[in-house]
Amino acid sequence: MSTVSPVAQGAWRLDRKERSVLFDPLLVNNPINVQVLGICSALAVTTRMDKALVLSIGVVLVTMLANLAVSVLRERIPPSIRIIVMLSIIASLVIVFDQVLKATMYELSLELSVFVGLIITNCIVMGRAEGFAMSNPPRLALLDGLGNALGYALILLAVAFVRELLGAGKLFGMTVLPLVKDGGWYLPNGMMLLAPSALFIIAGLIWAQRTLQPQLQEKD
Amino acid sequence: MANINSTRYTILFAATVCVICAALVSVAAVSLKPSQQANARLYMEKNVLVAAGLVPQGRRMTVPEVQAYFDRDIRARLVDLRSGELLPEDRGDARRYDQRAARNDPATSHAAPGNPAGVRRLPNQGIVYFVLKEGQVDQVVVPVEGLGMWGTIYGFLSLAPDANTVRGLTYYEHRETPGLGAEISNPDWLALWTGRKGYDDTGAAAVRVVKGQAGAPDVDPNHIDGLSGATITGNAVTHLMQFWLGEHGYGKFLQRFREGARS
Repeated sequence: MSTVSPVAQGAWRLDRKERSVLFDPLLVNNPINVQVLGICSALAVTTRMDKALVLSIGVVLVTMLANLAVSVLRERIPPSIRIIVMLSIIASLVIVFDQVLKATMYELSLELSVFVGLIITNCIVMGRAEGFAMSNPPRLALLDGLGNALGYALILLAVAFVRELLGAGKLFGMTVLPLVKDGGWYLPNGMMLLAPSALFIIAGLIWAQRTLQPQLQEKD
Repeated sequence: MANINSTRYTILFAATVCVICAALVSVAAVSLKPSQQANARLYMEKNVLVAAGLVPQGRRMTVPEVQAYFDRDIRARLVDLRSGELLPEDRGDARRYDQRAARNDPATSHAAPGNPAGVRRLPNQGIVYFVLKEGQVDQVVVPVEGLGMWGTIYGFLSLAPDANTVRGLTYYEHRETPGLGAEISNPDWLALWTGRKGYDDTGAAAVRVVKGQAGAPDVDPNHIDGLSGATITGNAVTHLMQFWLGEHGYGKFLQRFREGARS
Protein backbone atom coordinates (compact mmCIF):
# COMPACT_ATOMS: atom_id res chain seq x y z
CA MET A 1 0.00 0.00 0.00
CA SER A 2 1.69 3.16 -1.16
CA THR A 3 -0.54 5.52 0.85
CA VAL A 4 0.53 4.11 4.21
CA SER A 5 3.64 5.75 5.58
CA PRO A 6 6.51 3.46 6.45
CA VAL A 7 6.21 4.43 10.10
CA ALA A 8 2.54 3.47 10.38
CA GLN A 9 3.24 0.28 8.51
CA GLY A 10 6.05 -0.52 10.93
CA ALA A 11 3.73 -0.04 13.88
CA TRP A 12 1.64 -2.98 12.73
CA ARG A 13 4.56 -5.20 11.83
CA LEU A 14 5.66 -7.49 14.62
CA ASP A 15 9.26 -8.60 15.00
CA ARG A 16 10.12 -12.11 16.10
CA LYS A 17 10.02 -11.45 19.80
CA GLU A 18 6.71 -9.61 19.55
CA ARG A 19 5.24 -12.43 17.55
CA SER A 20 6.29 -14.99 20.12
CA VAL A 21 4.93 -12.83 22.97
CA LEU A 22 1.59 -12.56 21.19
CA PHE A 23 1.17 -16.05 19.78
CA ASP A 24 2.96 -18.36 22.21
CA PRO A 25 0.27 -18.09 24.90
CA LEU A 26 -2.40 -19.17 22.42
CA LEU A 27 -1.20 -22.76 22.30
CA VAL A 28 2.43 -23.40 23.14
CA ASN A 29 2.31 -21.71 26.52
CA ASN A 30 -1.43 -21.43 27.10
CA PRO A 31 -2.24 -19.92 30.50
CA ILE A 32 -4.98 -22.45 31.27
CA ASN A 33 -3.60 -25.57 29.63
CA VAL A 34 0.08 -25.18 30.45
CA GLN A 35 0.23 -22.84 33.42
CA VAL A 36 -3.15 -23.99 34.81
CA LEU A 37 -4.20 -20.47 35.81
CA GLY A 38 -7.69 -18.95 35.74
CA ILE A 39 -9.42 -22.28 36.26
CA CYS A 40 -12.16 -20.97 38.57
CA SER A 41 -13.94 -18.87 35.97
CA ALA A 42 -13.32 -21.52 33.32
CA LEU A 43 -15.46 -23.86 35.41
CA ALA A 44 -18.17 -21.38 36.23
CA VAL A 45 -19.05 -19.49 33.07
CA THR A 46 -18.61 -22.11 30.38
CA THR A 47 -22.15 -23.49 30.38
CA ARG A 48 -23.04 -21.18 27.50
CA MET A 49 -21.06 -19.66 24.64
CA ASP A 50 -22.47 -16.16 25.12
CA LYS A 51 -21.41 -16.06 28.77
CA ALA A 52 -17.95 -17.39 27.94
CA LEU A 53 -17.57 -14.86 25.12
CA VAL A 54 -18.52 -11.87 27.24
CA LEU A 55 -16.22 -12.94 30.06
CA SER A 56 -13.44 -13.51 27.54
CA ILE A 57 -13.88 -10.02 26.11
CA GLY A 58 -13.67 -8.65 29.65
CA VAL A 59 -10.48 -10.54 30.41
CA VAL A 60 -8.91 -9.49 27.07
CA LEU A 61 -9.62 -5.80 27.68
CA VAL A 62 -8.64 -5.86 31.33
CA THR A 63 -5.42 -7.83 30.81
CA MET A 64 -4.32 -5.62 27.90
CA LEU A 65 -5.03 -2.34 29.61
CA ALA A 66 -3.68 -3.45 32.97
CA ASN A 67 -0.46 -4.65 31.33
CA LEU A 68 -0.19 -1.38 29.41
CA ALA A 69 -0.76 0.80 32.47
CA VAL A 70 1.60 -1.20 34.67
CA SER A 71 4.27 -1.19 32.00
CA VAL A 72 4.03 2.58 31.48
CA LEU A 73 4.37 3.11 35.23
CA ARG A 74 6.86 0.30 35.85
CA GLU A 75 9.82 2.54 36.60
CA ARG A 76 7.79 4.80 38.87
CA ILE A 77 5.86 2.26 40.95
CA PRO A 78 7.44 2.01 44.43
CA PRO A 79 8.48 -1.67 44.73
CA SER A 80 7.08 -1.98 48.26
CA ILE A 81 3.50 -1.29 47.12
CA ARG A 82 3.62 -2.59 43.54
CA ILE A 83 1.15 -5.45 44.07
CA ILE A 84 -1.50 -3.21 45.56
CA VAL A 85 -0.99 -0.60 42.83
CA MET A 86 -1.55 -3.29 40.20
CA LEU A 87 -4.60 -4.50 42.08
CA SER A 88 -6.05 -0.96 42.14
CA ILE A 89 -5.55 -0.59 38.40
CA ILE A 90 -7.03 -4.02 37.65
CA ALA A 91 -9.98 -3.50 40.01
CA SER A 92 -10.81 -0.13 38.47
CA LEU A 93 -10.76 -1.55 34.95
CA VAL A 94 -12.98 -4.45 35.99
CA ILE A 95 -15.50 -2.14 37.67
CA VAL A 96 -15.68 0.01 34.55
CA PHE A 97 -16.23 -3.10 32.41
CA ASP A 98 -18.94 -4.29 34.80
CA GLN A 99 -20.69 -0.91 34.62
CA VAL A 100 -20.59 -0.92 30.82
CA LEU A 101 -22.00 -4.45 30.81
CA LYS A 102 -24.88 -3.42 33.10
CA ALA A 103 -25.65 -0.52 30.79
CA THR A 104 -25.59 -2.55 27.60
CA MET A 105 -26.29 -6.23 28.36
CA TYR A 106 -28.25 -6.13 31.58
CA GLU A 107 -29.60 -9.67 31.76
CA LEU A 108 -26.32 -11.23 30.75
CA SER A 109 -24.61 -9.18 33.45
CA LEU A 110 -27.08 -10.58 35.99
CA GLU A 111 -26.31 -14.11 34.88
CA LEU A 112 -22.56 -13.54 35.02
CA SER A 113 -23.23 -12.14 38.51
CA VAL A 114 -20.06 -12.31 40.58
CA PHE A 115 -17.85 -13.65 37.83
CA VAL A 116 -17.22 -10.30 36.17
CA GLY A 117 -16.09 -8.92 39.52
CA LEU A 118 -13.94 -11.99 39.97
CA ILE A 119 -11.85 -11.04 36.92
CA ILE A 120 -10.00 -8.95 39.52
CA THR A 121 -8.74 -12.12 41.16
CA ASN A 122 -8.12 -13.97 37.91
CA CYS A 123 -4.55 -15.19 38.33
CA ILE A 124 -3.78 -14.54 34.68
CA VAL A 125 -4.32 -10.77 34.93
CA MET A 126 -2.24 -10.35 38.05
CA GLY A 127 0.33 -12.86 36.85
CA ARG A 128 0.99 -11.02 33.59
CA ALA A 129 1.16 -7.64 35.30
CA GLU A 130 3.68 -8.82 37.88
CA GLY A 131 5.52 -11.36 35.74
CA PHE A 132 5.76 -9.50 32.46
CA ALA A 133 4.56 -5.89 32.43
CA MET A 134 6.76 -4.87 35.38
CA SER A 135 9.89 -5.70 33.38
CA ASN A 136 8.97 -4.99 29.75
CA PRO A 137 8.15 -1.91 27.63
CA PRO A 138 4.50 -0.94 26.98
CA ARG A 139 4.17 -2.24 23.40
CA LEU A 140 5.46 -5.67 24.33
CA ALA A 141 3.35 -5.71 27.51
CA LEU A 142 0.21 -4.87 25.54
CA LEU A 143 0.88 -7.73 23.13
CA ASP A 144 1.61 -10.09 26.01
CA GLY A 145 -1.67 -9.17 27.70
CA LEU A 146 -3.57 -9.66 24.44
CA GLY A 147 -1.88 -13.00 23.76
CA ASN A 148 -2.45 -14.46 27.19
CA ALA A 149 -6.05 -13.28 27.42
CA LEU A 150 -6.74 -14.71 23.95
CA GLY A 151 -5.19 -17.99 25.04
CA TYR A 152 -7.57 -17.97 28.00
CA ALA A 153 -10.50 -17.03 25.75
CA LEU A 154 -9.67 -19.85 23.33
CA ILE A 155 -9.91 -22.51 26.03
CA LEU A 156 -12.99 -20.90 27.60
CA LEU A 157 -14.83 -20.88 24.27
CA ALA A 158 -13.71 -24.42 23.45
CA VAL A 159 -15.01 -25.70 26.78
CA ALA A 160 -18.25 -23.71 26.42
CA PHE A 161 -18.71 -25.09 22.91
CA VAL A 162 -18.62 -28.67 24.15
CA ARG A 163 -20.72 -27.98 27.24
CA GLU A 164 -23.48 -25.97 25.58
CA LEU A 165 -23.68 -28.28 22.57
CA LEU A 166 -23.80 -31.54 24.53
CA GLY A 167 -25.56 -30.15 27.60
CA ALA A 168 -28.33 -28.14 25.97
CA GLY A 169 -28.09 -28.94 22.26
CA LYS A 170 -27.48 -25.27 21.53
CA LEU A 171 -24.77 -22.82 20.51
CA PHE A 172 -25.12 -19.16 21.50
CA GLY A 173 -28.68 -20.04 22.55
CA MET A 174 -29.60 -21.29 19.05
CA THR A 175 -30.80 -24.85 18.78
CA VAL A 176 -28.32 -27.06 16.92
CA LEU A 177 -29.36 -30.48 18.16
CA PRO A 178 -33.16 -30.56 18.62
CA LEU A 179 -33.97 -31.93 22.08
CA VAL A 180 -36.22 -34.89 22.70
CA LYS A 181 -38.46 -32.83 24.97
CA ASP A 182 -39.04 -30.37 22.10
CA GLY A 183 -39.82 -33.17 19.66
CA GLY A 184 -36.26 -33.66 18.37
CA TRP A 185 -33.90 -36.61 18.72
CA TYR A 186 -31.13 -35.41 21.03
CA LEU A 187 -31.18 -36.42 24.70
CA PRO A 188 -29.01 -33.80 26.44
CA ASN A 189 -26.22 -34.81 28.79
CA GLY A 190 -27.19 -32.96 31.96
CA MET A 191 -23.77 -33.43 33.53
CA MET A 192 -22.31 -31.10 30.91
CA LEU A 193 -24.15 -28.22 32.59
CA LEU A 194 -22.57 -28.96 35.97
CA ALA A 195 -19.13 -27.71 36.99
CA PRO A 196 -17.35 -31.11 37.08
CA SER A 197 -17.75 -31.55 33.33
CA ALA A 198 -15.56 -28.47 32.76
CA LEU A 199 -12.84 -30.11 34.85
CA PHE A 200 -13.00 -33.24 32.68
CA ILE A 201 -12.93 -31.22 29.45
CA ILE A 202 -10.00 -29.08 30.58
CA ALA A 203 -8.17 -32.17 31.81
CA GLY A 204 -8.75 -33.74 28.40
CA LEU A 205 -7.36 -30.64 26.66
CA ILE A 206 -4.30 -30.61 28.93
CA TRP A 207 -3.73 -34.30 28.27
CA ALA A 208 -4.01 -33.78 24.51
CA GLN A 209 -1.56 -30.89 24.57
CA ARG A 210 1.00 -32.71 26.70
CA THR A 211 0.81 -35.70 24.41
CA LEU A 212 1.40 -33.52 21.35
CA GLN A 213 4.17 -31.54 23.07
CA PRO A 214 6.19 -34.11 25.03
CA GLN A 215 8.66 -31.39 26.12
CA LEU A 216 5.94 -30.21 28.58
CA GLN A 217 6.07 -33.48 30.49
CA GLU A 218 8.10 -33.40 33.68
CA LYS A 219 10.74 -36.09 34.18
CA ASP A 220 9.87 -37.97 37.31
CA MET B 1 13.16 11.99 39.91
CA ALA B 2 12.68 11.41 43.61
CA ASN B 3 13.89 8.19 45.16
CA ILE B 4 11.11 5.72 44.47
CA ASN B 5 11.85 3.86 47.68
CA SER B 6 11.28 6.85 49.95
CA THR B 7 8.22 6.85 52.20
CA ARG B 8 7.16 10.28 51.00
CA TYR B 9 7.23 9.23 47.33
CA THR B 10 5.43 5.96 48.08
CA ILE B 11 2.57 7.72 49.87
CA LEU B 12 2.27 10.37 47.16
CA PHE B 13 2.28 7.71 44.45
CA ALA B 14 -0.36 5.65 46.22
CA ALA B 15 -2.56 8.72 46.71
CA THR B 16 -2.26 9.68 43.04
CA VAL B 17 -3.16 6.18 41.84
CA CYS B 18 -6.18 6.16 44.17
CA VAL B 19 -7.43 9.52 42.91
CA ILE B 20 -7.06 8.55 39.26
CA CYS B 21 -8.72 5.16 39.72
CA ALA B 22 -11.53 6.68 41.77
CA ALA B 23 -12.14 9.31 39.08
CA LEU B 24 -12.25 6.64 36.38
CA VAL B 25 -14.74 4.49 38.29
CA SER B 26 -16.92 7.47 39.26
CA VAL B 27 -17.14 8.81 35.72
CA ALA B 28 -18.13 5.37 34.43
CA ALA B 29 -20.72 4.83 37.16
CA VAL B 30 -22.34 8.26 36.85
CA SER B 31 -22.37 8.44 33.06
CA LEU B 32 -23.81 4.95 32.63
CA LYS B 33 -26.41 5.22 35.38
CA PRO B 34 -29.36 6.39 33.22
CA SER B 35 -29.12 3.45 30.83
CA GLN B 36 -28.58 1.01 33.70
CA GLN B 37 -31.73 2.28 35.39
CA ALA B 38 -33.69 2.01 32.15
CA ASN B 39 -32.46 -1.59 31.80
CA ALA B 40 -33.38 -2.42 35.38
CA ARG B 41 -36.88 -1.05 34.85
CA LEU B 42 -37.36 -2.95 31.61
CA TYR B 43 -36.16 -6.10 33.34
CA MET B 44 -38.59 -5.56 36.23
CA GLU B 45 -41.56 -5.06 33.92
CA LYS B 46 -40.53 -8.06 31.87
CA ASN B 47 -40.68 -10.11 35.06
CA VAL B 48 -44.31 -9.10 35.58
CA LEU B 49 -44.93 -10.78 32.22
CA VAL B 50 -42.82 -13.78 33.24
CA ALA B 51 -44.75 -14.20 36.51
CA ALA B 52 -47.98 -14.06 34.53
CA GLY B 53 -46.66 -16.77 32.23
CA LEU B 54 -46.92 -14.55 29.14
CA VAL B 55 -43.24 -14.84 28.22
CA PRO B 56 -40.63 -17.47 29.14
CA GLN B 57 -37.94 -16.43 31.60
CA GLY B 58 -34.91 -16.44 29.34
CA ARG B 59 -36.32 -14.33 26.50
CA ARG B 60 -34.61 -11.02 25.73
CA MET B 61 -37.13 -8.25 25.19
CA THR B 62 -36.97 -4.69 23.94
CA VAL B 63 -38.85 -1.70 25.34
CA PRO B 64 -41.50 -1.69 22.54
CA GLU B 65 -42.15 -5.42 23.00
CA VAL B 66 -42.78 -5.02 26.72
CA GLN B 67 -44.85 -1.93 25.99
CA ALA B 68 -47.03 -3.90 23.56
CA TYR B 69 -47.81 -6.49 26.23
CA PHE B 70 -48.60 -3.79 28.78
CA ASP B 71 -50.90 -1.99 26.36
CA ARG B 72 -52.79 -5.13 25.45
CA ASP B 73 -52.82 -7.47 28.46
CA ILE B 74 -51.83 -5.59 31.59
CA ARG B 75 -53.60 -2.94 33.68
CA ALA B 76 -51.44 -1.46 36.44
CA ARG B 77 -53.35 -0.02 39.40
CA LEU B 78 -52.55 1.31 42.85
CA VAL B 79 -53.88 -0.09 46.11
CA ASP B 80 -54.03 1.48 49.55
CA LEU B 81 -52.15 -1.20 51.46
CA ARG B 82 -53.58 -0.28 54.88
CA SER B 83 -57.24 -0.49 53.83
CA GLY B 84 -56.87 -2.80 50.87
CA GLU B 85 -58.86 -0.40 48.73
CA LEU B 86 -58.23 -0.17 45.00
CA LEU B 87 -57.53 3.49 44.20
CA PRO B 88 -59.30 5.17 41.28
CA GLU B 89 -57.36 5.14 38.03
CA ASP B 90 -57.07 8.92 37.85
CA ARG B 91 -54.77 8.96 40.91
CA GLY B 92 -51.59 9.08 38.88
CA ASP B 93 -49.97 6.75 36.43
CA ALA B 94 -49.64 3.44 38.29
CA ARG B 95 -47.11 2.07 35.85
CA ARG B 96 -44.73 4.93 36.53
CA TYR B 97 -45.15 4.47 40.28
CA ASP B 98 -41.81 3.67 41.91
CA GLN B 99 -42.71 1.49 44.86
CA ARG B 100 -39.16 1.23 46.18
CA ALA B 101 -38.74 5.00 46.18
CA ALA B 102 -42.15 5.40 47.85
CA ARG B 103 -41.18 2.85 50.51
CA ASN B 104 -38.01 4.78 51.32
CA ASP B 105 -39.69 8.21 51.50
CA PRO B 106 -41.13 8.88 54.99
CA ALA B 107 -43.90 10.99 53.44
CA THR B 108 -45.28 8.11 51.38
CA SER B 109 -44.59 5.17 53.68
CA HIS B 110 -45.19 3.88 57.19
CA ALA B 111 -43.21 1.64 59.55
CA ALA B 112 -43.95 -2.04 59.16
CA PRO B 113 -44.85 -4.01 62.29
CA GLY B 114 -42.14 -6.44 63.40
CA ASN B 115 -42.00 -9.37 61.01
CA PRO B 116 -39.67 -12.24 60.15
CA ALA B 117 -39.52 -11.17 56.48
CA GLY B 118 -37.22 -8.28 57.38
CA VAL B 119 -39.58 -5.65 55.92
CA ARG B 120 -38.94 -2.40 57.81
CA ARG B 121 -41.06 0.12 55.94
CA LEU B 122 -44.16 -0.25 53.85
CA PRO B 123 -45.29 2.08 51.07
CA ASN B 124 -48.74 3.59 51.67
CA GLN B 125 -49.69 2.54 48.18
CA GLY B 126 -48.78 -0.69 46.47
CA ILE B 127 -48.90 -1.53 42.80
CA VAL B 128 -50.94 -4.42 41.40
CA TYR B 129 -51.00 -5.63 37.81
CA PHE B 130 -54.23 -7.09 36.48
CA VAL B 131 -53.62 -9.51 33.65
CA LEU B 132 -56.53 -9.49 31.24
CA LYS B 133 -57.74 -12.29 29.04
CA GLU B 134 -60.61 -11.53 26.70
CA GLY B 135 -61.50 -8.48 28.74
CA GLN B 136 -61.68 -10.37 32.03
CA VAL B 137 -59.17 -10.28 34.89
CA ASP B 138 -57.35 -13.58 34.54
CA GLN B 139 -54.51 -13.06 37.01
CA VAL B 140 -53.45 -10.59 39.70
CA VAL B 141 -49.71 -9.92 39.94
CA VAL B 142 -48.28 -8.32 43.09
CA PRO B 143 -44.68 -7.50 44.00
CA VAL B 144 -43.06 -9.24 46.97
CA GLU B 145 -39.81 -8.49 48.75
CA GLY B 146 -37.97 -9.54 51.87
CA LEU B 147 -34.60 -10.11 53.42
CA GLY B 148 -32.73 -13.14 52.09
CA MET B 149 -29.38 -14.49 53.17
CA TRP B 150 -27.17 -11.75 51.69
CA GLY B 151 -29.61 -9.06 50.63
CA THR B 152 -33.15 -8.22 49.67
CA ILE B 153 -35.04 -10.63 47.43
CA TYR B 154 -37.49 -9.03 44.97
CA GLY B 155 -40.10 -10.93 43.04
CA PHE B 156 -43.57 -10.99 41.53
CA LEU B 157 -46.35 -13.36 42.49
CA SER B 158 -49.21 -14.06 40.14
CA LEU B 159 -52.51 -15.34 41.54
CA ALA B 160 -55.63 -16.69 39.85
CA PRO B 161 -58.90 -14.68 40.21
CA ASP B 162 -59.64 -16.63 43.43
CA ALA B 163 -56.71 -14.60 44.87
CA ASN B 164 -55.37 -17.81 46.33
CA THR B 165 -54.10 -20.20 43.65
CA VAL B 166 -50.57 -19.42 42.48
CA ARG B 167 -50.33 -19.02 38.73
CA GLY B 168 -46.70 -17.99 38.52
CA LEU B 169 -43.78 -16.58 40.45
CA THR B 170 -40.44 -14.92 39.72
CA TYR B 171 -37.57 -13.77 41.86
CA TYR B 172 -35.83 -11.33 39.60
CA GLU B 173 -33.41 -9.59 41.92
CA HIS B 174 -31.55 -11.14 44.84
CA ARG B 175 -28.06 -11.73 46.15
CA GLU B 176 -28.45 -15.35 47.28
CA THR B 177 -25.52 -17.76 47.06
CA PRO B 178 -24.98 -18.86 43.44
CA GLY B 179 -25.72 -22.56 43.05
CA LEU B 180 -27.59 -22.82 46.37
CA GLY B 181 -30.00 -20.05 47.41
CA ALA B 182 -29.83 -18.49 43.95
CA GLU B 183 -31.74 -21.53 42.68
CA ILE B 184 -34.89 -19.66 43.78
CA SER B 185 -34.78 -18.02 40.35
CA ASN B 186 -34.44 -21.38 38.58
CA PRO B 187 -37.54 -21.79 36.35
CA ASP B 188 -37.76 -25.50 37.23
CA TRP B 189 -38.13 -24.72 40.92
CA LEU B 190 -40.46 -21.77 40.34
CA ALA B 191 -42.68 -24.07 38.27
CA LEU B 192 -43.32 -26.10 41.43
CA TRP B 193 -45.34 -23.17 42.80
CA THR B 194 -47.95 -23.25 40.07
CA GLY B 195 -51.25 -24.57 41.40
CA ARG B 196 -50.29 -24.25 45.08
CA LYS B 197 -52.46 -22.16 47.40
CA GLY B 198 -51.32 -19.02 49.20
CA TYR B 199 -53.86 -19.46 52.04
CA ASP B 200 -55.00 -22.45 54.09
CA ASP B 201 -58.62 -23.36 54.90
CA THR B 202 -58.81 -20.83 57.74
CA GLY B 203 -57.77 -18.00 55.41
CA ALA B 204 -54.31 -17.54 56.93
CA ALA B 205 -51.32 -16.98 54.64
CA ALA B 206 -49.77 -20.42 54.87
CA VAL B 207 -47.69 -21.09 51.78
CA ARG B 208 -44.39 -22.51 52.94
CA VAL B 209 -41.11 -23.89 51.63
CA VAL B 210 -40.58 -27.17 53.49
CA LYS B 211 -37.55 -29.34 54.06
CA GLY B 212 -37.49 -32.17 51.55
CA GLN B 213 -40.38 -32.84 49.21
CA ALA B 214 -43.93 -31.58 49.35
CA GLY B 215 -46.90 -33.63 48.24
CA ALA B 216 -48.91 -33.11 45.06
CA PRO B 217 -50.67 -29.69 44.79
CA ASP B 218 -54.15 -31.16 45.35
CA VAL B 219 -53.29 -32.99 48.60
CA ASP B 220 -50.57 -30.69 49.99
CA PRO B 221 -51.51 -27.30 48.54
CA ASN B 222 -49.56 -25.00 50.87
CA HIS B 223 -46.12 -26.62 50.70
CA ILE B 224 -43.25 -26.27 48.23
CA ASP B 225 -40.18 -28.54 47.91
CA GLY B 226 -37.17 -27.13 49.75
CA LEU B 227 -33.86 -26.40 48.07
CA SER B 228 -31.06 -28.46 49.57
CA GLY B 229 -28.25 -26.36 50.98
CA ALA B 230 -30.45 -23.27 51.04
CA THR B 231 -32.41 -23.50 54.30
CA ILE B 232 -32.00 -19.81 55.16
CA THR B 233 -33.07 -18.69 51.70
CA GLY B 234 -36.02 -21.10 51.82
CA ASN B 235 -37.14 -19.71 55.17
CA ALA B 236 -36.73 -16.17 53.84
CA VAL B 237 -38.97 -17.03 50.91
CA THR B 238 -41.58 -18.49 53.28
CA HIS B 239 -41.50 -15.37 55.46
CA LEU B 240 -41.70 -12.87 52.65
CA MET B 241 -44.50 -14.71 50.84
CA GLN B 242 -46.54 -14.98 54.04
CA PHE B 243 -45.89 -11.34 54.85
CA TRP B 244 -47.07 -10.00 51.50
CA LEU B 245 -50.10 -12.30 51.44
CA GLY B 246 -50.83 -11.26 55.03
CA GLU B 247 -52.81 -8.31 56.39
CA HIS B 248 -49.92 -5.83 56.31
CA GLY B 249 -49.05 -6.66 52.72
CA TYR B 250 -51.62 -7.28 50.01
CA GLY B 251 -53.83 -9.50 52.20
CA LYS B 252 -56.63 -6.96 52.67
CA PHE B 253 -56.69 -6.05 49.02
CA LEU B 254 -56.74 -9.71 47.97
CA GLN B 255 -59.60 -10.42 50.36
CA ARG B 256 -61.63 -7.54 48.93
CA PHE B 257 -60.79 -8.70 45.43
CA ARG B 258 -61.90 -12.25 46.25
CA GLU B 259 -65.19 -11.04 47.68
CA GLY B 260 -65.71 -8.64 44.77
CA ALA B 261 -65.07 -11.41 42.28
CA ARG B 262 -67.57 -13.68 44.01
CA SER B 263 -70.43 -11.20 44.20
